[in-house]
Amino acid sequence: MTIDWSWIGDHTDDLTTLSVSHLQAALSAVFLGLLISLPLAVIAHRIRPLRGFLLGLSNVLFTIPSIAIFVLLLPVSGLTRTTTVIGLTIYTLVVLLRNTVEGLDSVPAKTKEAAKAMGTRPLRTLLTVELPLALPVIMAGVRIATVMSISLVSVATYIGDGGLGQLFTDGFQRNFPTPVIAGVVLTLLLALVADALLVALQYVLTPWTRKRGA
Amino acid sequence: MPDTVYELFKNLGVWLTSGEQWSGADGIAHRLAEHLQYSLLATLIAAVIGLPLGLLIGHTGRGAFVAINLASFGRALPTVGLVVLVFLASGLSMWPVYVALVALAVPAIVTNTYAGMTAVDPDVKDAARGQGMRAHQVLFQVELPLALPLIMTGLRLALIQVVATATIAAYVSFGGLGRYVFDGLAQRDLVQVLGGAVLVALVAVVLDLALSGLQRALFLPHSRLRSSGGTPTRPA
Repeated sequence: MTIDWSWIGDHTDDLTTLSVSHLQAALSAVFLGLLISLPLAVIAHRIRPLRGFLLGLSNVLFTIPSIAIFVLLLPVSGLTRTTTVIGLTIYTLVVLLRNTVEGLDSVPAKTKEAAKAMGTRPLRTLLTVELPLALPVIMAGVRIATVMSISLVSVATYIGDGGLGQLFTDGFQRNFPTPVIAGVVLTLLLALVADALLVALQYVLTPWTRKRGA
Repeated sequence: MPDTVYELFKNLGVWLTSGEQWSGADGIAHRLAEHLQYSLLATLIAAVIGLPLGLLIGHTGRGAFVAINLASFGRALPTVGLVVLVFLASGLSMWPVYVALVALAVPAIVTNTYAGMTAVDPDVKDAARGQGMRAHQVLFQVELPLALPLIMTGLRLALIQVVATATIAAYVSFGGLGRYVFDGLAQRDLVQVLGGAVLVALVAVVLDLALSGLQRALFLPHSRLRSSGGTPTRPA
């Protein structure tokens, strides 16, 4: 199996377009997932009985195969980008919800009591004390969700989307390995770069976790 | 294609419950058996590779870096691409399916086995060594039994991911429940596509619930290593 480098040279524009579209689908899903899971996590953290229900529900959603989720969404949103993003969002919820709840749990009770004693209102405590302290655990979830989504976008190739996944169908139908190899390598590369950027973002956002006195 | 979602689900119900749909070479019973066969064999191969690796990394404490990176590599690897790539390299055989499924399952098994091993109380290991146990005795008589609940979680997660992904076997012209999904997509028969998807989802969910129930019944009474569900590498 050899790589046809001239094909890659001729298709750099296509590869760029597909990479951008791929990344766009994955990042939209993570963003939407965060938007949904933050309030849900706060509810799950505060109201114990709902916690088991929400986490259990998201675990069941996680076991549903991605191709099945995309297909099951077809009657709702058809062969569109929306289907891809909704499907991916459902998966990010599992990781994001669990990590956000665990992050909120990890905030020491004494810190919250101190905030209360200083007269900080609950919403302000949540936004300025709890969420920042939960950030390292939440960011760990965001990293997993991002890498996972980037890898899963290609499954949506079966419903006519799929970003770089289209290279897999293309290579398969023409019995031509080069696009497939390019697709796999670019997917891994996107995941690697996105993960590194998130590590950098976390470093910037949480200065207090760095070693003191350095 | 049916006009309404209601009609669609009614047809789906008929499709799933009609007797003729269940019998024959293209029947649900046969496709289900194929699906389980691919999944179990792939998970078994992955366990043969992943378990010793995880035990070794956990026991020696060396290579933890490798284990963590293996997990995120496993998460990032696009399964569809891998199947097609191995298919183009090896021709029409079951190889592409098994390579892709095993590659999916190994990281889940290694990372959970490793996590189970590192969660064993160091004092317990010290005590075992202090009593004069050899390294292999500490490994097999102390660490392994204590790490077993998390190891089982890893195997369960791996199996569920593999069951979900075995759908892909049909893409490279083999059987399993994915047959309905891909045939349906090709024939524009949405009922068949949905039927296949529902069946795969049901198998995955039922298997997960059954295995976690079994796990709880087996380990909960005397387990100190309770996991909150382990770390799935990713859905399939």
